Amino acid sequence: MTHATHPDVHIPGTYMFDGKAAMKGYALNKMCYSFNSKENRDEFVKDEDAYCTKYGLNDEQRAAIKARNVLALIHAGGCIYYLAKFAGIFGLSVQDVGAQQTGMSVDEFKKMVRAQGD
Amino acid sequence: MARIIGGLTTSHIPSIGNAVPREAQLVNDPYWKPFFAGYPPAREWVQKVKPDVAIVIYNDHGLNFFLNNMPTFSIGAAAEYRNADEGWGIPTIPPFKGDPDLSWHIIESVVEDEFDVASCQEMLVDHGFTVPMSLFWPNNSYSGVKTIPVCINTVQHPLPTPMRCFKFGQAIGRAIESYPKDINVLVMGTGGLSHQLDGERAGFINKEFDLLCMEKIVNDPEALARYSIPELVRLSGAQGAEFILWLTMRGALGDKVKKIHSNYYVAISNTATALMVLEKAA
Repeated sequence: MTHATHPDVHIPGTYMFDGKAAMKGYALNKMCYSFNSKENRDEFVKDEDAYCTKYGLNDEQRAAIKARNVLALIHAGGCIYYLAKFAGIFGLSVQDVGAQQTGMSVDEFKKMVRAQGD
Repeated sequence: MARIIGGLTTSHIPSIGNAVPREAQLVNDPYWKPFFAGYPPAREWVQKVKPDVAIVIYNDHGLNFFLNNMPTFSIGAAAEYRNADEGWGIPTIPPFKGDPDLSWHIIESVVEDEFDVASCQEMLVDHGFTVPMSLFWPNNSYSGVKTIPVCINTVQHPLPTPMRCFKFGQAIGRAIESYPKDINVLVMGTGGLSHQLDGERAGFINKEFDLLCMEKIVNDPEALARYSIPELVRLSGAQGAEFILWLTMRGALGDKVKKIHSNYYVAISNTATALMVLEKAA
Protein backbone atom coordinates (compact mmCIF):
# COMPACT_ATOMS: atom_id res chain seq x y z
CA MET A 1 0.00 0.00 0.00
CA THR A 2 1.47 3.29 -1.09
CA HIS A 3 0.57 6.71 0.15
CA ALA A 4 -0.91 8.73 -2.66
CA THR A 5 2.28 9.84 -4.28
CA HIS A 6 3.07 10.90 -7.76
CA PRO A 7 6.07 12.94 -8.89
CA ASP A 8 4.19 16.08 -7.87
CA VAL A 9 1.31 14.93 -5.66
CA HIS A 10 1.04 13.86 -2.06
CA ILE A 11 -2.43 13.68 -0.58
CA PRO A 12 -2.58 13.25 3.20
CA GLY A 13 -5.06 10.66 4.44
CA THR A 14 -5.44 9.18 0.97
CA TYR A 15 -4.15 5.85 -0.31
CA MET A 16 -3.74 4.80 -3.89
CA PHE A 17 -4.75 1.17 -4.28
CA ASP A 18 -2.02 0.33 -6.78
CA GLY A 19 -0.27 -2.82 -7.94
CA LYS A 20 1.89 -2.95 -4.82
CA ALA A 21 -1.14 -2.72 -2.53
CA ALA A 22 -3.09 -5.16 -4.71
CA MET A 23 -0.34 -7.77 -4.31
CA LYS A 24 -0.04 -7.19 -0.57
CA GLY A 25 -3.80 -7.33 -0.05
CA TYR A 26 -4.71 -10.07 -2.51
CA ALA A 27 -5.81 -12.72 0.01
CA LEU A 28 -7.71 -10.18 2.14
CA ASN A 29 -9.48 -8.65 -0.85
CA LYS A 30 -10.27 -12.08 -2.27
CA MET A 31 -11.92 -13.04 1.00
CA CYS A 32 -13.94 -9.80 1.04
CA TYR A 33 -14.92 -10.33 -2.61
CA SER A 34 -16.31 -13.72 -1.62
CA PHE A 35 -18.78 -11.89 0.66
CA ASN A 36 -20.88 -11.06 -2.39
CA SER A 37 -22.45 -14.42 -1.64
CA LYS A 38 -24.69 -14.85 1.39
CA GLU A 39 -23.56 -18.42 1.78
CA ASN A 40 -19.98 -17.19 2.21
CA ARG A 41 -21.00 -14.42 4.61
CA ASP A 42 -22.79 -17.01 6.73
CA GLU A 43 -19.74 -19.28 6.66
CA PHE A 44 -17.53 -16.39 7.82
CA VAL A 45 -19.89 -15.47 10.66
CA LYS A 46 -20.01 -19.08 11.78
CA ASP A 47 -16.22 -19.41 12.12
CA GLU A 48 -14.16 -16.32 11.33
CA ASP A 49 -10.79 -17.88 12.03
CA ALA A 50 -11.41 -20.87 9.81
CA TYR A 51 -12.62 -18.61 7.03
CA CYS A 52 -9.52 -16.38 7.26
CA THR A 53 -7.35 -19.50 7.14
CA LYS A 54 -9.20 -20.76 4.09
CA TYR A 55 -8.27 -17.56 2.24
CA GLY A 56 -4.69 -17.49 3.56
CA LEU A 57 -4.75 -14.13 5.37
CA ASN A 58 -1.51 -13.10 7.08
CA ASP A 59 -1.30 -12.13 10.75
CA GLU A 60 -1.66 -8.40 10.09
CA GLN A 61 -4.78 -8.97 8.00
CA ARG A 62 -6.30 -11.39 10.51
CA ALA A 63 -5.74 -8.92 13.36
CA ALA A 64 -7.32 -6.08 11.38
CA ILE A 65 -10.32 -8.26 10.50
CA LYS A 66 -10.70 -9.26 14.13
CA ALA A 67 -10.52 -5.62 15.25
CA ARG A 68 -12.98 -4.47 12.47
CA ASN A 69 -10.45 -1.68 11.96
CA VAL A 70 -10.80 -0.18 8.51
CA LEU A 71 -7.58 1.87 8.54
CA ALA A 72 -5.63 -1.21 9.65
CA LEU A 73 -7.30 -3.19 6.86
CA ILE A 74 -6.24 -0.55 4.33
CA HIS A 75 -2.69 -0.63 5.67
CA ALA A 76 -2.80 -4.42 5.27
CA GLY A 77 -3.57 -4.01 1.57
CA GLY A 78 -7.37 -3.83 1.66
CA CYS A 79 -9.24 -2.01 -1.09
CA ILE A 80 -12.28 -0.06 0.12
CA TYR A 81 -14.57 -1.50 -2.57
CA TYR A 82 -14.03 -5.02 -1.24
CA LEU A 83 -13.83 -3.92 2.40
CA ALA A 84 -17.32 -2.44 1.99
CA LYS A 85 -18.60 -5.99 1.60
CA PHE A 86 -16.91 -6.96 4.88
CA ALA A 87 -18.45 -3.91 6.59
CA GLY A 88 -21.82 -4.93 5.15
CA ILE A 89 -21.80 -8.13 7.19
CA PHE A 90 -22.06 -5.98 10.31
CA GLY A 91 -24.58 -3.59 8.78
CA LEU A 92 -22.03 -0.77 8.70
CA SER A 93 -22.64 1.98 6.14
CA VAL A 94 -19.93 4.02 4.42
CA GLN A 95 -20.75 6.76 6.92
CA ASP A 96 -20.04 4.43 9.84
CA VAL A 97 -16.80 3.48 8.12
CA GLY A 98 -15.98 7.15 7.49
CA ALA A 99 -16.61 8.02 11.13
CA GLN A 100 -14.33 5.21 12.27
CA GLN A 101 -11.47 6.31 10.01
CA THR A 102 -11.71 9.98 10.93
CA GLY A 103 -12.19 9.40 14.66
CA MET A 104 -15.53 11.16 14.73
CA SER A 105 -18.94 10.06 15.93
CA VAL A 106 -21.25 9.11 13.06
CA ASP A 107 -23.32 12.25 13.66
CA GLU A 108 -20.22 14.44 13.61
CA PHE A 109 -19.08 12.77 10.42
CA LYS A 110 -22.44 13.30 8.70
CA LYS A 111 -22.42 16.95 9.80
CA MET A 112 -18.90 17.42 8.46
CA VAL A 113 -19.88 15.94 5.09
CA ARG A 114 -23.02 18.04 4.81
CA ALA A 115 -21.29 21.27 5.87
CA GLN A 116 -19.08 21.09 2.80
CA GLY A 117 -22.18 21.79 0.71
CA ASP A 118 -22.70 25.23 2.28
CA MET B 1 -27.78 5.54 -39.46
CA ALA B 2 -27.75 5.54 -35.67
CA ARG B 3 -28.04 8.92 -33.96
CA ILE B 4 -26.61 10.00 -30.61
CA ILE B 5 -29.36 12.03 -29.01
CA GLY B 6 -27.55 13.12 -25.88
CA GLY B 7 -26.07 12.18 -22.56
CA LEU B 8 -27.08 11.77 -18.95
CA THR B 9 -24.91 11.79 -15.89
CA THR B 10 -25.90 10.87 -12.38
CA SER B 11 -24.38 9.75 -9.12
CA HIS B 12 -24.91 6.04 -8.44
CA ILE B 13 -24.59 5.74 -4.65
CA PRO B 14 -25.86 2.37 -3.37
CA SER B 15 -28.19 3.93 -0.78
CA ILE B 16 -30.08 5.54 -3.68
CA GLY B 17 -30.79 2.02 -4.96
CA ASN B 18 -32.45 1.23 -1.66
CA ALA B 19 -34.33 4.55 -1.61
CA VAL B 20 -35.69 4.48 -5.17
CA PRO B 21 -38.58 2.07 -4.40
CA ARG B 22 -39.68 4.51 -1.67
CA GLU B 23 -39.28 7.69 -3.69
CA ALA B 24 -42.96 8.68 -3.39
CA GLN B 25 -42.53 8.97 0.40
CA LEU B 26 -38.94 10.20 0.46
CA VAL B 27 -39.54 13.06 -1.94
CA ASN B 28 -40.86 14.96 1.09
CA ASP B 29 -38.04 13.91 3.40
CA PRO B 30 -35.60 16.79 4.02
CA TYR B 31 -32.57 14.57 3.38
CA TRP B 32 -33.85 13.11 0.08
CA LYS B 33 -36.00 15.95 -1.28
CA PRO B 34 -33.20 18.04 -2.85
CA PHE B 35 -31.92 14.86 -4.52
CA PHE B 36 -35.12 13.37 -5.96
CA ALA B 37 -36.46 16.81 -6.91
CA GLY B 38 -33.80 16.92 -9.62
CA TYR B 39 -35.03 13.89 -11.55
CA PRO B 40 -38.50 14.64 -13.01
CA PRO B 41 -37.14 17.00 -15.73
CA ALA B 42 -34.52 14.39 -16.68
CA ARG B 43 -37.18 11.68 -16.93
CA GLU B 44 -39.37 13.93 -19.05
CA TRP B 45 -36.43 14.49 -21.40
CA VAL B 46 -35.82 10.72 -21.66
CA GLN B 47 -39.49 10.20 -22.53
CA LYS B 48 -39.29 12.95 -25.13
CA VAL B 49 -36.15 11.76 -26.92
CA LYS B 50 -37.13 8.07 -26.80
CA PRO B 51 -33.80 6.26 -26.79
CA ASP B 52 -33.72 2.80 -28.36
CA VAL B 53 -30.39 1.98 -26.72
CA ALA B 54 -28.58 3.33 -23.66
CA ILE B 55 -24.80 2.98 -23.52
CA VAL B 56 -24.06 2.94 -19.78
CA ILE B 57 -20.50 3.95 -18.90
CA TYR B 58 -19.88 2.92 -15.30
CA ASN B 59 -17.39 1.31 -12.94
CA ASP B 60 -17.68 -2.12 -11.37
CA HIS B 61 -17.17 -2.07 -7.59
CA GLY B 62 -16.23 -5.71 -7.14
CA LEU B 63 -19.23 -7.62 -8.43
CA ASN B 64 -18.24 -8.78 -11.91
CA PHE B 65 -14.50 -8.20 -11.80
CA PHE B 66 -11.90 -9.09 -9.19
CA LEU B 67 -8.17 -8.41 -9.06
CA ASN B 68 -7.41 -11.75 -10.74
CA ASN B 69 -8.58 -10.22 -13.98
CA MET B 70 -9.01 -6.46 -14.12
CA PRO B 71 -9.58 -4.97 -17.55
CA THR B 72 -9.14 -1.23 -17.98
CA PHE B 73 -11.95 -0.96 -20.54
CA SER B 74 -14.58 -3.65 -21.04
CA ILE B 75 -17.78 -3.76 -23.08
CA GLY B 76 -20.74 -6.06 -22.57
CA ALA B 77 -21.81 -8.15 -25.56
CA ALA B 78 -24.66 -10.12 -24.03
CA ALA B 79 -28.36 -10.39 -24.83
CA GLU B 80 -29.23 -9.72 -21.20
CA TYR B 81 -27.61 -8.29 -18.07
CA ARG B 82 -28.52 -8.92 -14.47
CA ASN B 83 -27.50 -7.48 -11.14
CA ALA B 84 -26.79 -9.57 -8.06
CA ASP B 85 -26.07 -9.49 -4.34
CA GLU B 86 -23.15 -7.11 -3.76
CA GLY B 87 -22.77 -8.05 -0.12
CA TRP B 88 -24.97 -5.49 1.55
CA GLY B 89 -28.54 -5.74 0.44
CA ILE B 90 -29.11 -3.80 -2.74
CA PRO B 91 -32.30 -5.17 -4.30
CA THR B 92 -32.20 -7.54 -7.25
CA ILE B 93 -34.21 -5.92 -10.04
CA PRO B 94 -35.56 -7.11 -13.40
CA PRO B 95 -32.92 -7.91 -16.05
CA PHE B 96 -31.78 -5.44 -18.69
CA LYS B 97 -32.01 -6.18 -22.40
CA GLY B 98 -28.76 -6.11 -24.32
CA ASP B 99 -28.03 -5.35 -27.96
CA PRO B 100 -25.28 -7.80 -28.98
CA ASP B 101 -25.30 -6.60 -32.58
CA LEU B 102 -24.51 -3.00 -31.61
CA SER B 103 -22.09 -4.23 -28.89
CA TRP B 104 -19.98 -6.07 -31.45
CA HIS B 105 -20.14 -3.15 -33.85
CA ILE B 106 -18.78 -0.87 -31.10
CA ILE B 107 -16.13 -3.41 -30.04
CA GLU B 108 -14.94 -3.85 -33.63
CA SER B 109 -14.97 -0.13 -34.29
CA VAL B 110 -13.09 0.96 -31.14
CA VAL B 111 -10.44 -1.76 -31.54
CA GLU B 112 -9.92 -0.59 -35.12
CA ASP B 113 -9.58 2.85 -33.52
CA GLU B 114 -6.77 1.46 -31.27
CA PHE B 115 -8.81 1.01 -28.05
CA ASP B 116 -8.22 -2.66 -27.26
CA VAL B 117 -11.19 -3.43 -25.04
CA ALA B 118 -12.17 -6.66 -23.29
CA SER B 119 -15.45 -8.10 -24.55
CA CYS B 120 -17.84 -9.77 -22.10
CA GLN B 121 -20.53 -12.23 -23.16
CA GLU B 122 -21.47 -12.63 -19.53
CA MET B 123 -21.44 -9.64 -17.25
CA LEU B 124 -23.09 -8.92 -13.92
CA VAL B 125 -23.91 -5.24 -13.59
CA ASP B 126 -23.65 -3.57 -10.18
CA HIS B 127 -25.06 -0.40 -8.61
CA GLY B 128 -22.90 1.76 -10.89
CA PHE B 129 -25.15 0.58 -13.72
CA THR B 130 -28.46 -0.24 -12.03
CA VAL B 131 -28.98 2.85 -9.85
CA PRO B 132 -28.92 5.27 -12.82
CA MET B 133 -31.25 2.99 -14.81
CA SER B 134 -33.72 2.89 -11.92
CA LEU B 135 -33.50 6.66 -11.49
CA PHE B 136 -34.22 7.55 -15.11
CA TRP B 137 -36.77 4.78 -15.69
CA PRO B 138 -39.01 4.92 -12.57
CA ASN B 139 -40.40 1.64 -11.25
CA ASN B 140 -37.76 -0.11 -13.36
CA SER B 141 -39.73 0.66 -16.51
CA TYR B 142 -36.66 0.13 -18.73
CA SER B 143 -37.95 -2.87 -20.68
CA GLY B 144 -38.31 -0.73 -23.80
CA VAL B 145 -34.66 0.30 -23.96
CA LYS B 146 -31.71 -1.93 -24.79
CA THR B 147 -28.51 -1.40 -22.86
CA ILE B 148 -24.78 -1.81 -23.40
CA PRO B 149 -22.55 -1.73 -20.32
CA VAL B 150 -19.16 -0.08 -20.79
CA CYS B 151 -17.07 -0.65 -17.69
CA ILE B 152 -13.94 1.32 -16.79
CA ASN B 153 -11.54 0.28 -14.02
CA THR B 154 -11.56 2.65 -11.05
CA VAL B 155 -10.68 -0.02 -8.48
CA GLN B 156 -6.97 -0.52 -9.00
CA HIS B 157 -4.41 2.09 -10.03
CA PRO B 158 -3.21 2.85 -12.60
CA LEU B 159 -6.59 4.07 -13.82
CA PRO B 160 -6.78 5.24 -17.42
CA THR B 161 -6.02 8.95 -17.67
CA PRO B 162 -8.92 11.38 -18.01
CA MET B 163 -7.72 12.30 -21.51
CA ARG B 164 -7.58 8.64 -22.52
CA CYS B 165 -11.17 8.20 -21.29
CA PHE B 166 -12.31 11.30 -23.16
CA LYS B 167 -10.75 9.92 -26.35
CA PHE B 168 -12.27 6.49 -25.69
CA GLY B 169 -15.63 8.25 -25.51
CA GLN B 170 -14.91 9.92 -28.85
CA ALA B 171 -14.18 6.49 -30.33
CA ILE B 172 -17.47 5.15 -28.93
CA GLY B 173 -19.22 8.14 -30.51
CA ARG B 174 -17.67 7.40 -33.91
CA ALA B 175 -18.67 3.74 -33.52
CA ILE B 176 -22.31 4.59 -32.77
CA GLU B 177 -22.57 7.05 -35.65
CA SER B 178 -21.24 4.47 -38.11
CA TYR B 179 -23.89 1.90 -37.13
CA PRO B 180 -26.24 1.41 -40.09
CA LYS B 181 -29.51 0.91 -38.16
CA ASP B 182 -31.86 3.85 -37.72
CA ILE B 183 -31.89 4.09 -33.93
CA ASN B 184 -31.62 6.71 -31.18
CA VAL B 185 -28.74 6.18 -28.79
CA LEU B 186 -28.36 7.72 -25.35
CA VAL B 187 -24.98 7.75 -23.59
CA MET B 188 -24.85 7.69 -19.80
CA GLY B 189 -21.84 8.43 -17.59
CA THR B 190 -22.43 7.46 -13.97
CA GLY B 191 -20.72 8.09 -10.63
CA GLY B 192 -19.27 11.11 -8.86
CA LEU B 193 -19.08 13.78 -8.05
CA SER B 194 -16.57 14.47 -5.27
CA HIS B 195 -16.36 11.83 -2.55
CA GLN B 196 -13.88 9.78 -0.61
CA LEU B 197 -14.69 6.60 1.30
CA ASP B 198 -11.28 5.51 2.55
CA GLY B 199 -8.45 6.89 4.62
CA GLU B 200 -8.29 9.68 7.18
CA ARG B 201 -9.57 12.07 4.51
CA ALA B 202 -12.86 10.10 4.22
CA GLY B 203 -15.83 12.42 3.83
CA PHE B 204 -13.95 14.89 1.66
CA ILE B 205 -16.15 16.92 -0.71
CA ASN B 206 -15.12 19.80 -2.97
CA LYS B 207 -18.15 21.80 -4.05
CA GLU B 208 -16.15 24.45 -5.89
CA PHE B 209 -14.41 21.85 -8.06
CA ASP B 210 -17.65 19.93 -8.66
CA LEU B 211 -19.37 23.07 -9.93
CA LEU B 212 -16.39 23.80 -12.16
CA CYS B 213 -16.65 20.28 -13.61
CA MET B 214 -20.40 20.71 -14.23
CA GLU B 215 -19.75 24.01 -16.01
CA LYS B 216 -16.75 22.97 -18.10
CA ILE B 217 -18.08 19.59 -19.18
CA VAL B 218 -20.65 21.37 -21.35
CA ASN B 219 -18.40 23.51 -23.56
CA ASP B 220 -14.80 22.85 -22.53
CA PRO B 221 -14.46 19.18 -21.52
CA GLU B 222 -10.87 18.98 -22.74
CA ALA B 223 -9.84 21.40 -19.99
CA LEU B 224 -11.07 18.79 -17.50
CA ALA B 225 -9.57 15.90 -19.45
CA ARG B 226 -6.13 17.47 -18.94
CA TYR B 227 -6.13 16.75 -15.19
CA SER B 228 -4.05 13.77 -14.13
CA ILE B 229 -5.59 11.01 -12.01
CA PRO B 230 -3.63 12.09 -8.88
CA GLU B 231 -4.85 15.66 -9.44
CA LEU B 232 -8.44 14.41 -9.75
CA VAL B 233 -8.02 12.41 -6.54
CA ARG B 234 -6.64 15.47 -4.75
CA LEU B 235 -9.40 17.78 -5.99
CA SER B 236 -12.33 15.38 -6.02
CA GLY B 237 -11.51 12.65 -3.48
CA ALA B 238 -10.30 9.08 -3.95
CA GLN B 239 -13.58 7.94 -5.51
CA GLY B 240 -14.23 11.32 -7.14
CA ALA B 241 -11.92 9.94 -9.83
CA GLU B 242 -15.13 8.35 -11.16
CA PHE B 243 -15.40 11.62 -13.04
CA ILE B 244 -13.50 9.82 -15.83
CA LEU B 245 -16.83 8.07 -16.55
CA TRP B 246 -18.48 11.45 -17.16
CA LEU B 247 -15.62 12.46 -19.44
CA THR B 248 -16.02 9.25 -21.45
CA MET B 249 -19.72 10.02 -21.90
CA ARG B 250 -18.93 13.59 -22.91
CA GLY B 251 -16.37 12.42 -25.47
CA ALA B 252 -19.05 10.33 -27.16
CA LEU B 253 -21.39 13.31 -27.57
CA GLY B 254 -19.11 15.18 -29.98
CA ASP B 255 -18.15 18.84 -30.11
CA LYS B 256 -21.35 20.68 -29.32
CA VAL B 257 -23.94 19.97 -26.66
CA LYS B 258 -26.68 21.94 -25.02
CA LYS B 259 -27.32 21.68 -21.30
CA ILE B 260 -30.98 20.87 -20.74
CA HIS B 261 -30.99 20.37 -16.98
CA SER B 262 -28.75 19.88 -13.97
CA ASN B 263 -28.97 19.34 -10.24
CA TYR B 264 -26.35 19.34 -7.47
CA TYR B 265 -26.79 18.41 -3.82
CA VAL B 266 -24.48 17.73 -0.89
CA ALA B 267 -24.82 15.03 0.20
CA ILE B 268 -26.29 11.58 -0.08
CA SER B 269 -24.21 9.23 2.00
CA ASN B 270 -20.60 10.50 1.61
CA THR B 271 -21.09 11.83 -1.89
CA ALA B 272 -21.81 15.14 -3.56
CA THR B 273 -24.60 14.14 -5.94
CA ALA B 274 -24.95 15.56 -9.39
CA LEU B 275 -27.23 15.09 -12.35
CA MET B 276 -26.90 16.51 -15.85
CA VAL B 277 -28.89 16.24 -19.05
CA LEU B 278 -26.93 17.15 -22.16
CA GLU B 279 -28.47 17.17 -25.63
CA LYS B 280 -26.33 16.77 -28.68
CA ALA B 281 -26.36 19.98 -30.71
CA ALA B 282 -25.80 20.34 -34.43
